Amino acid sequence: MTSTTSTTPTTGQAGAIRTYLGLELNRLLRDRRSMLLTFLLPPLFFLIFRSSAAYQDITAGTGTNALAYVMVSMALYGALTVVTSGAAGVAAERAQGWTRQLRVTPLSPWSYVLVKVLASMTLGAVAVVLTFVVGRYGGAEMPLATWIACGLIAVCGSFVFAAFGLFMGYLLPAGNLVQVLSPIVLLLSFAGGLIVPVSADSWFAGIAPLVPTYGVAELVRAPLAGGGVPQVAVVNAVAWAAIFVAGAVWRFRRDTARM
Amino acid sequence: MTSTSSPALEARGLVKEFRGPGGAVRAVDGLDLVIRTGEVVAFLGPNGAGKTTTIDMMLGLAEPTSGIVRVFGKEPAGAVADGQVAAVLQTGGLLRDLTVRETVELTAALFGRTRPARPFLERAGIAELAGRRVGKLSGGQQQRLRFAMALVAEPDLLLLDEPTTGMDVAGRREFWGAIRNDAAAGRTVVFATHYLDEASTYADRLVLVSHGRIVADGAAAEVMALASTDNLEDAFVALTTDERAAR
Repeated sequence: MTSTTSTTPTTGQAGAIRTYLGLELNRLLRDRRSMLLTFLLPPLFFLIFRSSAAYQDITAGTGTNALAYVMVSMALYGALTVVTSGAAGVAAERAQGWTRQLRVTPLSPWSYVLVKVLASMTLGAVAVVLTFVVGRYGGAEMPLATWIACGLIAVCGSFVFAAFGLFMGYLLPAGNLVQVLSPIVLLLSFAGGLIVPVSADSWFAGIAPLVPTYGVAELVRAPLAGGGVPQVAVVNAVAWAAIFVAGAVWRFRRDTARM
Repeated sequence: MTSTSSPALEARGLVKEFRGPGGAVRAVDGLDLVIRTGEVVAFLGPNGAGKTTTIDMMLGLAEPTSGIVRVFGKEPAGAVADGQVAAVLQTGGLLRDLTVRETVELTAALFGRTRPARPFLERAGIAELAGRRVGKLSGGQQQRLRFAMALVAEPDLLLLDEPTTGMDVAGRREFWGAIRNDAAAGRTVVFATHYLDEASTYADRLVLVSHGRIVADGAAAEVMALASTDNLEDAFVALTTDERAAR
């Protein structure tokens, strides 16, 4: 056999990313804990919170009911949880020396990050779709265009928390990082008014707009009311995305630096 | 892709210092080395001699404090990016929840290789473990898996850091048989080891490193002659302890 690179068929970086992404999704799908988070938690939350009093005074747009508001919120919450824990998986892979091993392959470190983000966001999209299915049969109503708009915003918005997961995954030791992050995402979701809406008269109303979940929560529910997109939500989402990306890049650079 | 004029590996005045509690510590102290394509070279030396640090610099994992290192005439990172180099690192580097087959197939894809994984698993002696999770493998089996990963990468230069640690005798023999086959086909192989018999049996050339410097470089017979002995172990001890232990 010959062992020179020139005689062997090659597929290049894009092919490598595609294969790696397929395998990564496979891994996530057979990981029991990530499956529970993805498939059970968001629909379960929908069923729990659908009867919550906090939602009773929600004013919805034409053809849209309050249950749709609950469903969209829970779908986003599910996506954020799944995406965060997926991206934070880099911590365990660093601990196992896998990222170091990857550095002696042609795969660029950025491609690795891309694979982790795309895989987690794909799984996040699955969580959104499942919650929508449960919501549809659980009584949520809204126009078709709104279903699509909310779904797309939820999936795209989950990028903010993919960056958060990456940042934490590069910042903190593996240990039980993912088990710690899920409750943190839940807390942030409460604080940002994603799980139950923040009523205007509570002391929470003042700080909610500063919480990382607030922007994406407002954005994902914007199509329901049919009105415009609140500026403060856009600023919140973009700012937190920038903060988390900057943090992830900073730690990633340190991780891949040559000593 | 391989330029025929450049050596597989070239190091000139290579120095690596680490900051220690009592000031800078020199792990590699002015190393000069040229390895031509197709050579099988063993890196020998006591613990802490600088073998792993040198290999890390050859792979672009560590930055030299001074001096240069070139792989096929390029910066090490460039040669790695071009898929010309593969390495078996000492520990870690495996994902526990992947199967053996998945690990090898992924490695092939990362190197842009499209050949099936099966023959490489067979050559590494782990074809019957293809469906097993990496976390369930023994130390020796993991080492064979690392070897299969290096084979499927089909590199021009293969760097192995103590590749047979944890392998049984039969495993070692199969391992070196496969390495010799590849070397006969033109692959350059550089390995660090503690096993002197392995080094003298399978390498064309021994490079003895002590305190970050090369103290002997040549065929086993030459190394023994240098120490005026007919026993490689005696030569090893004499050459690696002699000059500096007295300090």
